[in-house]
Amino acid sequence: MSFLTLSHLQKSFGATKVVHDFNMAIDKGEFISFLGPSGCGKTTVLRMIAGFELPSGGSIVIDGKDQTRLKPNQRNIGMVFQAYALFPNMNVFDNVAFGLKVAGKPKSEIETRVKEMLKLIHLEHLADRYPYQMSGGQQQRVALARALAPAPQVLLLDEPLSALDAKIRVSLREEIRQIQRQLGITTVFVTHDQEEALSISDRIVVMNAGKADQIGTPGEIYNRPTTRFVANFVGTLNVIQATLVNGSTGALKIGEETLSLPQSIEGKADGSQISIAFRPEAAMLAGPSTGPAVLSGTVLSSNFLGSVLRTKVDLGGNIISFDMFNHPSATLPKAGETVTLALQQDGLMVLGD
Amino acid sequence: MKRLWAWAALIIGLLYFILPLVGMTNFSLKMRRGEYSFDAYAKVFADSRFHETFSYSVWMALLTIIFGVFLVVPTAYWVRLKLPFLRPYIEFITLLPLVIPAIVIVFGYIRLYNTSSWLPLTGSYVGTDILLVFGYATLSLPYMYRAVDTGLRTIDVTTLTEAAQSLGAGWVTIIGRIILPNVTVAVMSGAFVTFAIVMGEFTMAALLNKPAFGPYMQLLGANRAYEPAALAVIAFGITWACLGLMQLVSKLQKTPQRPV
Repeated sequence: MSFLTLSHLQKSFGATKVVHDFNMAIDKGEFISFLGPSGCGKTTVLRMIAGFELPSGGSIVIDGKDQTRLKPNQRNIGMVFQAYALFPNMNVFDNVAFGLKVAGKPKSEIETRVKEMLKLIHLEHLADRYPYQMSGGQQQRVALARALAPAPQVLLLDEPLSALDAKIRVSLREEIRQIQRQLGITTVFVTHDQEEALSISDRIVVMNAGKADQIGTPGEIYNRPTTRFVANFVGTLNVIQATLVNGSTGALKIGEETLSLPQSIEGKADGSQISIAFRPEAAMLAGPSTGPAVLSGTVLSSNFLGSVLRTKVDLGGNIISFDMFNHPSATLPKAGETVTLALQQDGLMVLGD
Repeated sequence: MKRLWAWAALIIGLLYFILPLVGMTNFSLKMRRGEYSFDAYAKVFADSRFHETFSYSVWMALLTIIFGVFLVVPTAYWVRLKLPFLRPYIEFITLLPLVIPAIVIVFGYIRLYNTSSWLPLTGSYVGTDILLVFGYATLSLPYMYRAVDTGLRTIDVTTLTEAAQSLGAGWVTIIGRIILPNVTVAVMSGAFVTFAIVMGEFTMAALLNKPAFGPYMQLLGANRAYEPAALAVIAFGITWACLGLMQLVSKLQKTPQRPV
C-alpha cells in the first residue's frame, strides 16, 4: 500500500484550472520529482500536499490518514523553499530548533536533535551564525536540517537548488539524496531542471498543463517517453517525419531512403505519415552501408561542446543533431559534407501525438 | 559658483531653523537679571505639576505604543499576507488623521461615548484615559502604519509564514516569534514618533480634561515668562532624543536575509 496517495487532485484559481485530475501513489521512502515547465502546476500540487492551497477536488492521504482539509501546521510535513526562508532574527541553532520548540519538546531533547541535524548537514561549527552571515548553499542546508528536525512524515522540496550557482547545485543535490536515503524519508522534489530530476529521483512525474504526462523511472522517462511533450521536454530530441511503408515489418521511408524499426507499428495505415524520434547519442557516423537503420544526409554545422561534438545534419528535409564523444584526434564534420549515419534501432521511438 | 549658492542656501536654511532655538534657549537662561542661569529649568523641575503631567504623558505614550503595536502589526501583516488588494484603502484610512483635525476626532469620541451612550467612557476617569489612548493611537496611525508596513516590505512575509506553518506554528507564534522580531526596528521608529506626538499633544488631553504634559505647557506659557521657554527646550530635547534613539536602533538592525 502506498504511503502518500494523491487521488483525483484538482485545483482552480477562479475560472482557471491549473491542476486536472492528478493521481499518484508514492511509496514510503521514495524520492519523487515533479518536473515540468513554469506554470505546469507542479508547485501547486506540492503546495496542496503541504496544505498551503486547498484542493478544489480530490484527496491527499498520508499513511492512511486523510489530510486534504488539514491546516499546514496540523500536518507533519517538512518543507524547503527556493528562497531558503530561514528566520532572519534567529541563528542557525534556533532556526533548526524552531519546529521542536513549537512542538513543546524538552530542552535536552531539542539540543540533542539540533546537534544531530547540524552534524547531518556538516554545519555543527556554524550553530551561532545568523542567516545573513552564510552563503546560499549553507543557508539551504540549514533550511533542510530545520525541515527534517521535527521528523516529518514527508519532505517537500520546492526548487531548493534554483537560487544556487551550478557547482553548489550539483554537490547539494547529491547531499540531499544521500540524506534522504540515510533517513528513508518520503520526498517530493519540484524542479524545472531535467538533469536534477534525472540524477536524483526514484521516479519522475513529467507535468504538462496541469496533468501528469508520464510517471516513470528516470530511464523510462528519458528512453521511452510516451508523449511528444515528454520526449521534447526531457533531453534533446530529433524528430523526423517518415512515411509508413509496411506497419507489420516496421518499414519506413524517409525522403528517398528506407529505414526498418525493430518492432511493428500498429494503429497506423500503410502510407500514412508518422513521427520518429531519437536522441542525439542514438546516431553515429558510419561508412556507406545498407544496414536496417542507416541514413545519409548533408552536414549543416558542427559545434565543439567540450566533452561532445554536436553536428546538425539535413536528412531528407529533416534537420537532426547527433553527438560524438570528443577525443584528441576527433575532427568535426565540415558543413556541406555528405555523411552516413547509423541509428541505434532500439533508440528509435514512434511518437504518439 | 553653483557650490557657493548651495552653501548659501544651506546656511540660510540652518539659520532659519536654529536662530529661533538659540534665541529661545538664550531667553530661558536669562531668568536671573544680568547673568545666565538655569533658574527657569530649576523652577520647572521643582514644580510638582511638571512631574505629574510628564509622568502621566509618559504612561499614556507607553500605553498608546503598546495599543498601536497590537493594532497595527497584525493588521499590516494580514493585509500584506492575505488581502494585498486592500492595501491602498488601508493606507488611505491611516492617512485620514493627517487631514482630520484632532478636535474633530475628540468631539466625535465625546459624542459617541458620552454618559448617555451604550458605552459611557466619558463618565469615568479610566474611561477618558482609554479614550485618550485611542485618540493618540489614531493620531500616530499614519506614522506607525507606514513604519511597520515598510518593515514588512524588507522581509519575505509569505515564505516566512509558510515556513513557520510547515514547522507547526500557529498565527500567534508566527506574529510573536517571527514577524514582530523582524520588524522591531520599524516598530521602534513608529514608537518613538508616537512618543513625541503624545508628549506634545494638547487638544485631545485638554478637551478630555486630562493632566497631560501638553495642556501643562500651554498653561505655563499663558502665565509665566521664562519657564515656558525652558519647557520648550526640554520638549525639544525629548523629541531629539527620540529621533536619536530611532537612528541608534536602526543601526543595530541585522542585515536582512538575502541569497549570498
